[in-house]
Order: sequence, then C-alpha cells, then structure tokens
Amino acid sequence: MATQILMPALSPTMTEGKLAKWLKGVGDDVRAGDVIAEIETDKATMEVEAVDEGKLARILVEEGTEGVAVNTPIAVLSVNGEDVSAEPAAPAPKAAVQPPKAAAEPADPKAIAEQGARGQRKDALEAAPAPEKAPSPEKDWGPTKPTTVREALRDAMQLEMRRDGDVFLIGEEVAQYQGAYKISQGLLDEFGPKRVIDTPITEHGFTGLAVGAALNGLRPIVEFMTFNFAMQAMDQIINSAAKTLYMSGGQMGCPIVFRGPNGAASRVGAQHSQCYASWYAHVPGLKVVSPWSSADAKGLLRSAIRDPNPVIVLENEILYGQTFECPTDEDFLVPIGKAKIERAGRHVTLVAFSIMVGVALKAADALAELGIEAEVINLRSLRPLDTATIVESVKKTNRLVTVEEGWPFAGIGAEVAMQIIEQAFDWLDAPPVRVHGVDVPLPYAANLEKLALPQPDWVVEAVKKIV
Amino acid sequence: MAQAAEAKKRVRTKEKTVDRDTLMKAYRSMLLIRRFEEKAGQLYGMGLIGGFCHLYIGQEAVVVGMQLALSLGDEVITSYRDHGHMLATGMEARGVMAELTGRSGGYSHGKGGSMHMFSKEKNFFGGHGIVGAQVSLGTGLAFSNMYRGNDRVAITYFGEGASNQGQVFESFNLAALMKLPAVYVIENNKYGMGTSVERASASHDLSKNGAPWGIPGAQVDGMDVLAVKEAAEQAVAACRAGKGPYLLEVKTYRYRGHSMSDPAKYRTREEVQMMRTQHDCIENARHRLEELDVEEKAFKAIDDEVKGIIQDAADYAQSTPEPELSELYTDVMLEG
Repeated sequence: MATQILMPALSPTMTEGKLAKWLKGVGDDVRAGDVIAEIETDKATMEVEAVDEGKLARILVEEGTEGVAVNTPIAVLSVNGEDVSAEPAAPAPKAAVQPPKAAAEPADPKAIAEQGARGQRKDALEAAPAPEKAPSPEKDWGPTKPTTVREALRDAMQLEMRRDGDVFLIGEEVAQYQGAYKISQGLLDEFGPKRVIDTPITEHGFTGLAVGAALNGLRPIVEFMTFNFAMQAMDQIINSAAKTLYMSGGQMGCPIVFRGPNGAASRVGAQHSQCYASWYAHVPGLKVVSPWSSADAKGLLRSAIRDPNPVIVLENEILYGQTFECPTDEDFLVPIGKAKIERAGRHVTLVAFSIMVGVALKAADALAELGIEAEVINLRSLRPLDTATIVESVKKTNRLVTVEEGWPFAGIGAEVAMQIIEQAFDWLDAPPVRVHGVDVPLPYAANLEKLALPQPDWVVEAVKKIV
Repeated sequence: MAQAAEAKKRVRTKEKTVDRDTLMKAYRSMLLIRRFEEKAGQLYGMGLIGGFCHLYIGQEAVVVGMQLALSLGDEVITSYRDHGHMLATGMEARGVMAELTGRSGGYSHGKGGSMHMFSKEKNFFGGHGIVGAQVSLGTGLAFSNMYRGNDRVAITYFGEGASNQGQVFESFNLAALMKLPAVYVIENNKYGMGTSVERASASHDLSKNGAPWGIPGAQVDGMDVLAVKEAAEQAVAACRAGKGPYLLEVKTYRYRGHSMSDPAKYRTREEVQMMRTQHDCIENARHRLEELDVEEKAFKAIDDEVKGIIQDAADYAQSTPEPELSELYTDVMLEG
C-alpha cells in the first residue's frame, strides 16, 4: 500500500510554501517522527516530520520548488515495502481534496449575515424585556426601615450565607478587621474563619483561587478593597470567570460575585479614583450591577450571590454611610437587569447609576424650580441593561441626558445614548447629551477634584441646552 | 545499536520490582497519547485543525505517571498543551479530536478548540491559554476540596516557563498558608517557547521554588513513567494526609516545536535526536516490559488497539458536523 505525503500547513495562516530541501531520498527508510524535508514559509524554515513508517518510494515535488500549495502531494511512501514506483499513488485523503474550510462556507453568505443580525437582536432582547412591552412596575415589598448602604450589603451577605453553605466571603481584611470599610461587620463571628477568609495582599492569586473554587461548584464572594486593585486580577475575571462557560460548550459555569467600592472616594488621587463600569460592562459572560440606595445594595447583592454567572457589583465608598429606607421582608430581592424610575417627569429623561443617581435627583429638584419636570432613571444593572425602561421614558419625554462619574469615551453614557438612537430615534426631539467625569486622571487638589466630577448644576446646564 | 544498549542499561539500574500490569497500562496510555498527537499534527498539516496546536509528544510519561497515583474525584487542570492530560484522565479521543477540528462532537461543541476543553465528568478543568492562570485556578480547586472536607487532591500542571509568573508564587503562598491539598507539577521541558530555562529562571532547581513557603519539592525523571508514578504517590499521599501543598519538578522534553508554527531553531537537531533515541519514555517502558518477558504479540495487540482508537477519532473528527450557526449565541450566560 502506498501513502501520499502531502504539503503540510505549518502555521495557522500558511497557504503555500517553498519545498526547500529533501532530507530523505528515494529508497530511504522512514520512521514516524523522522525529519524528511524542510519547507520555507513566509515566516521561517520548518522541518517536516513523517507520520507513517515506510520507504520513500517517489518524490513528486523536487526541492527548490516555490509556491507549493498546502495539501499538494509531495511524495509517496510505500508502507509495506512493495514497489510503487510506477503505479499511481493512492488517492489523497478525502479531506485533502475537499478541505473543510470549503465545506464550512455557508451556502448563502447573506443568510449567515442575517442570522448574525437576528442573533444580535435576540441577544439584545434577551438582555432586557422587549422595548415594545411596557416595563413591569416595581414590586411593593411592604414595610421598610432606615438602613445604611453598608448595613444593607452586610445583611445581604449574611442572609445568603445562612441560606447556602457553599457561599463564602474572601478578600483582604474581610474577617478579623471586619472589612476595610466595615462591610463584613459581624460575619466572622457568625460564620467563622472557614467561610469568612482573610487573604494576604495578593489579588491575582486569591481571585484565581476563588474562580477555581467557583468552577468546582462553590459560590465565592470576592471583596476587592477597591476595584482599583482588581486590575491586578483582571485576567482571571475576564479570561477565566467570564469565558469558561462558553469555552466549555456550556459544561462549566462560574457562580461568583466580585464586589467592592468603585469610582472616586474623596481626595484619594488618580490611582484610587476610577469608575470601571464600562470596562466590565463590555464583556459578554459578565453581569454588572451598580447600586445606589440601600434597597438596591441589599436586593442586587442577594440576586448576584444567587446568580449562576459571574456578577460584578460596583459599590461606592461615599454611599456606604448614607441612610435610605430599605424593605425588611426576608425575601426581598432586586432582579438583575431591571432599572428603577426614582422620580417621574415628562420633559427630560435623566439616566444615572450609583452615586450619580443622587446627583441627578438634586438636579431634578433644581429643574423643577425652573418648571422642567425631569424623569430620573436609576439603572441599577449595567449589563444586562434595561433599555426597555429607558426607551419607554424617552418616548414620553423625547429628551435624554446621561449622568456618570466615569470618563466619557466609550463609557456607559455613550452606550445608553446609542441604544436610544437605535431604538427610539424618531422620538428624540434633541440629540442626547452626556454628563460625565472630566477626561483626565483624577487630581488630588480639592478645587481641581471638584472641577472633575459631575455636579447637579452640570446636569441642569445640560438639560437647559436641549429643553 | 550502542544507543539502544545504553538505554537498556539505564533501565536495568532500577532495582525496584515492577508491576507488569501497571507498566503495560502506562505503556498503552503513553502510546495512545503519542499516536493521538501524531495524528493531530497530521490533521493540522491537512488544514483540518486550525489556530494554535501544542503537541505533547515526548512528555507522555509525566501525565501518565501522575495519573497512576490519582484516585477517582481528584481534579486535574493544566495549560494549553493539554491533549495528553485529557486522554490520561479518561476523556474520549473522539471528543478531543473533534474539538481540535472545531466540530459539534467536540468536548466544547467546537467552541473551545485545542486549548479549551473541559470535562466535569472526568474532573478535568481545562485547558487554559493564559500562561500561569491555571495555577491560581488549580489552587482554588484544592481550596474547594478543603472547604468541602473531602480527601480529594487537585493536580495543577504548568511549564517551567509559567513557573516565573507572579501568580504562581502568590498561589504557593496561599496554598501553604491554607494547607491546601494541591500538587503542583512543573513540566520542565527546558524551553518556554524559544527561551531555555537557563535564560528564563535564576532558580536552578525549580523543585525548590516553593521552599520559602515550606512547600516540599522533588525533582523527577520525567522520561521514566514509573519514577513519575512513585514521586506522584508520595506527593499525593502527603496532600491527602493534610500536610499541605507539594511541588514536583518533572524533567521532560518536547520533541516538537512549541506550537505547530515553531521552527525550533533555538535547539540543535542533535539534542532532539539524542532525547528521542536515548530517553524516550515509551521506548523505556517497552524495554522494561521486554525484560519482564512481555512478548511481541502483546505489544502488537496494544499497537493495533491504539491505532484503531486513533483512526476512529480522526474519522469522527472529520465526519461530525460543524456546530449549528445558532451555537454562536449559546453558553454565554446561564439562566438565573
């Protein structure tokens, strides 16, 4: 029996190459793994190794030949020692004649393009209720009590850790110190060091550890002292946590929560003052939420802990000490992917998240005095984004102003504005306007810092431009 | 001839009694991996496998020797040179090969590729393309065993190139602090892509890389499957006994380039030939089995069986269809 030796592809992009040199001649014995020839690709000279054993019966492409296409027969190997010098070589393997790339081409390229567009639309629809449908009203959870955001976050973790033994909290200073920002107060006492775990200062390591534990079925809550330090662990969050479900064909999910303060605190300088909302919201495979009130914090964090996917919870240090009314119902949850209308209005829609919801509400007060009724939407979730609620509001107000603390370029405001342009263009009476942090690293000096972060009067000015 | 005689002599110096069945099993596993990788290289050459493809040829004794020391339920995680690890954990050659060709019958339905395959059933956790990332993840697998209070051990493989990544040392510290049942296996094949270990690591004995954290380590001849097995048993037993992590530096060699497109100009052909002819793990095992009076027909039977499995895998990998176009959008998120 004779086997053809084919011109091999030696790199992901190679289509042809030069057969530079034969290292075996006709009549030579060849063993699997022997180097039989050298081939020059556009990048390098590569050695070709034999895969089968036998005697080199014929050489079909002489050395020095340029532009030999991949899968061209270059030699014939006689496998059982018979004479094949005269007979035509056995047909090349089927796959070589009909490379799979050709088979993979869609019959109709337009069909695949449409499929893609449909899929994307489907994706967007899955991310939020259909825009045509009226957003469902906020559920009334009954009695409330004044609660700080700090307490709300702690309560959420406590309730979920009582509910599920696989939930644990890991991070720097979360146990004995009770949390760098005192979010985990009392948790060590109740759950012990097995479930409330102090780590060394080693973000990359402990994040990877937690992701590994989640892949094996546990449900870690990773506290970053601030999200600025999570940049050390970005690879594990994106490449390991967010992508493994997809790369495993749906076999291996990663139920994990990454939480901590995000954005500017006060006078802590450029490296400790940055909003990561658009960074994480960019990534398929992650959910991203950003609470403003105590109810947001408690309800969203509980939902995040129960979610089978990786969820980023972007908190805010300045909000930790603020008090809001918070439902006391044992089962209180805020669903991920659902925005909340904090204040109704009919002249302009203000879209904000996290601490900027407070700024937008202050601006709405000031606008009311000018006779402008602003509707304030608290996004709560950034991915999936509740575009239905925003579209519904803009259809009523015909104007959109986004408010965020982060930088403008490729930011959340840019995404919200684009969603509205795509889905409610005909209802807009003016171009959307973005209010955002100034496009510079955050300065330390008090006066400069104040100049860099959105204030209520910035929002008022933005609204005045379009109303 | 002289080379073969020398190889035999090397084998004879081992005085330990060898369990013939175990060695036969190891021989078969190593051969299966070798033939699988040769076939993968061939299919790559035919354009049926695309992108990155890192072959394990030469290193088979490492994963096969380790696997002989493991128990059901122990976890395994590794880098992108992962085909051998998957076969050793019992994953089907068909499913692995079909993933290489990007087909629906692959372990990840064609969505992962050579570097990204997983099996919950076999406790194989990938298949990771970012050098060193699997070391922290493997530490987390060990953590989950401790958390659950079971006696499973997590085996984390990485190359000597990855051993210089910061998160490896972070992981060593965490594992030692928490006394995690983690066996770290450095597969030292001497070259991190094109950079020799001497040019990359100031540490000359990588088995001591865990020493600052009190992690015991050992150097092992990775071309001798029984030596690997013996070292693995010691490491795994220490972990199961609750003594914390263990580090093995297994000295091995890859015959092929780093990936398919690596011309391997950083080492001489003679060096590769010397390893192949004098230290090959499969030849080593075969010589030892011959000394135990295993007959030619027994080898032939294994050869034929392995050939059959690989041919079936290659056929399947070409006949199972490409994934449905709708698969593009699935498995991004779980419902919930």
